[in-house]
Amino acid sequence: MTSTIHSDNPITKERRDRFLSRQSVIEMRARERARALLDPGSFREVLNPFDRLEFPWLPLQGIVPESDDGVVVARGQFAGKPAVIMAIEGAFQGGGMGEVSATKIAAALALARRDWESSRPILPVLLLETGGVRLQEANLGEAVVAEIHAEIIALRRHTPVIGVITGMIGCFGGMSIAAGLCSYLVVLPQARLELNGPEVIEQEAGIDELNAGDKHLIWSLMGGEQRYETGFVDALVEDDVKALRQAVQALAERGVRSRHRSEMVEEYRRRLATIDPAAPPDGPALRRMWPREVKS
Amino acid sequence: METLNFEYKATQRLTRRSHVGVVGSGDLEVLIEPSNQSTSHVRVRTSVDGYAQIWKAVLDRFFARFEPAAHVEINDFGATPGTVTLRLEQAAEGVRS
Repeated sequence: MTSTIHSDNPITKERRDRFLSRQSVIEMRARERARALLDPGSFREVLNPFDRLEFPWLPLQGIVPESDDGVVVARGQFAGKPAVIMAIEGAFQGGGMGEVSATKIAAALALARRDWESSRPILPVLLLETGGVRLQEANLGEAVVAEIHAEIIALRRHTPVIGVITGMIGCFGGMSIAAGLCSYLVVLPQARLELNGPEVIEQEAGIDELNAGDKHLIWSLMGGEQRYETGFVDALVEDDVKALRQAVQALAERGVRSRHRSEMVEEYRRRLATIDPAAPPDGPALRRMWPREVKS
Repeated sequence: METLNFEYKATQRLTRRSHVGVVGSGDLEVLIEPSNQSTSHVRVRTSVDGYAQIWKAVLDRFFARFEPAAHVEINDFGATPGTVTLRLEQAAEGVRS
C-alpha cells in the first residue's frame, strides 16, 4: 500500500488548500454555471427544459436533440441587482449555435434592451462555450447569430454587456464575433478565443500554417492568457466561481464603455501593420509587440 | 438515432417534475413529469442504435421500484446502463423531494 505524502512546505500547502477550496466553473454544466453566478436563490430559468424548445430538424438528421437546445437563459439578481445570464451548454453538440438556441440568446438580449428603454436596469452576461454555428443548421444558425451581434451593439449603449469564456471548448466562429462585440470580456486561462478553430485552419490552409495537434502552440496563440496579455480581453481569472463573480462585478461597475473594442478599428489596423506576414511572430513575440493597453 | 417507447403500470400520482443531465458524450438528460393516465410512458431517443433490449432491462428495473404515473423523456448520447440508472434515480429523487 502506498500513502500520499503531503509536503509541509507552507507555499505548496497554501496552493493545495487554494486548489481544494475553489469551485471550478469548467466542471459545471451551463445551468449550474448560471445558478452559481447569480445570487443564491434568485435563479429563475426563462424557457426551461419543459418548454421543450428543441430544434425539430436535428432528429431528422439522426441527432438526438436537447430539451433546451443547449442554451440556458436565467434571470435573477447579481450582487443584489437584476441580471440575465445566457449560458451555452458546451457538452451538447460542442456548444454549437442553432436556430433555436441562438434565438433564445438574441431574444433575451432584446428583452434586456427593452427593460433599459423602460428605465429598468438589468445586467446582461453571456457565458460562451461554443464552436460556432451548428453545421447541421448552417444559414439558419448564421442568420440568428447575426441578430445576436446586432442586439449586443444595441444593448451596450445602455449597459456593459459582459462576455465570459470559460473553457475547455472556447469561443469560435460567429460567436467569437459576438465575444468581440461585448463591452467587456472575461476569460479563464483554459479558454480559447479565435474566429477559426485550429482544426479548421489546419484543414483549409495546411499543417504548415497551423498544427492543430500542437496544444502548446494553440494556447500560446489563442489561449485565454495570451488574449489577455495582447489586449483582446479585459480580465483573466482562475477557474473559480468566486473569482469569476468578482471579475464580472468589477467590470459591471466600470459602466458603459466610452469606446468599444470593435470601434477601435484604426488602433487595431496600426497593430496589424506592425506584423510581417512573411515572418509571423510566435506567441511571446506577439506579447511584446501588442501590449495589454491598446494605444489610441 | 433510434426512438423507443415503453409503458409501465402506475399506482400513484405525481405532483412534481424534474430535469437532470445533459445530452453530452456518454451522458443523457431525463425529464419526468406527472401523467394523468394509469400508466407511465417512457420515450427514449438514443444516438446508439440496436440496444432496445438493454434499455428495457434498465427501465424494467427502475419501474419495479417507481410507482407514480409519469411521462418520462430520455435524450441519450451514448450513456452506459450504469449512467442511465444513476440519472433515472437522480430524476426520481427530484420528483420525490
